Amino acid sequence: MFQASEHNLRSKRREALFRTLFALMTLVLIVPVVVIIGTLVVKGAPVISFEFLFTDPINGMTEGGIFPALIGTVWLVAVALLVSVPLGVAAAVYLSEFAPDNWFTRLINLAIINLAGVPSIVHALFGVGAFVLFFRFGTSILAASLTLAIMTLPVVIVATLESLRAVPLAFREACWNMGATRWQTIRLVVLPNAVSGILTGIILEVSRTSGETAPIMFTGAAFFLPYLPESVFDQTMALSLHLFVMTTQVPGVPEHLPYGVALVLIGLVLAMNALSIAFRVYLRQRKKW
Amino acid sequence: MAPPPSRTGKNLAEPPAKVHVRNLSIRYGSHTALSDVTLSVAEREILGIFGPANGGKTSFLKALNRMDMFTPGMRVRGEIFINGRDIRRWRNVYALRRRIGVVFPLPVGLPLSVYDNVALAPRLAGIQKKQDLDVIVESCLTRAALWDEVKDRLDTLGSLLSGGQQQRLTIARALSQNPELLVLDEFSIAVDPVTTMRIEDILKELRREITIILVTNLTAQARRLADRCAFFLSGRCIEIGETESIFSGATKDERTRDYLTGRFG
Repeated sequence: MFQASEHNLRSKRREALFRTLFALMTLVLIVPVVVIIGTLVVKGAPVISFEFLFTDPINGMTEGGIFPALIGTVWLVAVALLVSVPLGVAAAVYLSEFAPDNWFTRLINLAIINLAGVPSIVHALFGVGAFVLFFRFGTSILAASLTLAIMTLPVVIVATLESLRAVPLAFREACWNMGATRWQTIRLVVLPNAVSGILTGIILEVSRTSGETAPIMFTGAAFFLPYLPESVFDQTMALSLHLFVMTTQVPGVPEHLPYGVALVLIGLVLAMNALSIAFRVYLRQRKKW
Repeated sequence: MAPPPSRTGKNLAEPPAKVHVRNLSIRYGSHTALSDVTLSVAEREILGIFGPANGGKTSFLKALNRMDMFTPGMRVRGEIFINGRDIRRWRNVYALRRRIGVVFPLPVGLPLSVYDNVALAPRLAGIQKKQDLDVIVESCLTRAALWDEVKDRLDTLGSLLSGGQQQRLTIARALSQNPELLVLDEFSIAVDPVTTMRIEDILKELRREITIILVTNLTAQARRLADRCAFFLSGRCIEIGETESIFSGATKDERTRDYLTGRFG
């Protein structure tokens, strides 16, 4: 009576087959990550030093450090965040808390999704047209950061929208019933509970922004500029472009140098991601309902 | 704009209606939740509203404090008077809502500290002084029979309290608005029987000060608490009358008796 039928056995074999298949596919996913990071560490780690991080490149980039590029990337990302975070969070709050559900709102949502799908080189050309030429910012940190900001705006909006929608409607209704306006409700109850998700989204966005090359190469990042920017109207070097230039445009760069740059860049991104995860864990512990 | 005399008014000495509802209909798109309801609630009475699900009970409560403004697709027709004043004439809908305390079916402890949960409404009303807030918080928590359990941990999150405590916290929050009207929507469905009885005791105390509308699934609860009862069925108010007469079988409508005797619903 409890003998497995032929059918049962076949289901069981299939189960084993598919489980193995999917596990292998997951492994395939991990391989590139391991290879990339492994290669970078092996080949790049020897050049990483205090001097490498904090001195200027010299001898046509074949020697010296990456300090201006490192600082340049920080500038670009910081200015981009200053623009995209207030704009993106405000837009998401409007869409989630105020906007009526009509064709216009749906159109806006569609526009945001499409903005996320625009290739970065197209953003770059838009940045040249709009910020460099039309607004006469010239090739500068400002123009490059604004281009980056527009490119990452959908990420901020979507992350914020999702964390706002994760706050239960019952909390809002409880506040409204107490005579709170929509804005009071958002300020006192909705935003404080959405802030962990929003911050996580922003940090992930930082890591994405810091690696972008195309949007900044025409709008504000310089080929070789061995001094630090003084204002947002200066050009600057950036890690991502520096890496591109070193590997493709300059002859005679010792092999380990680009690996070192790539390692610093990826280290920056991973550190940001780690920070975001730690932050999320910290806030999750305090937030409970 | 004086409201017409209460339909159930027996003599002129009866206090004026706290709430008077005339020809109230509520629709969500093409779905009718409530049609043509007319009833009044007297000052300092408990009106119990019972009936099966989808009877329009919750929609009725939502219309009272104009929550239709914040509910997409909800359309309200007819008139609602509170203290003889048409609620659509309140220019400040937020002030209207502060006068009506609401308690939900599921406890909603806001993810703020217990203290801030109760101090929220007074703060919204402009009370800032710490001493004043302290007094309000203590008195509201005491009236909601929660003070003794939370007085040593007023800074824990309201959402971390147990279900029964959160429901009493919700009541304390409603009381912190110093409401003239308290509406409760099936407050006991997520609460254990002991807490339910404690809350019922609170309501019996509150009846001396404020008017209460109690929507409930438990006909026995309506019988225990309400002065008068209304039976809602499929968006209509089938019957409204003295609790005693309704439960003694002297119903005007057969459907009420059938519902109470368990023949349906």
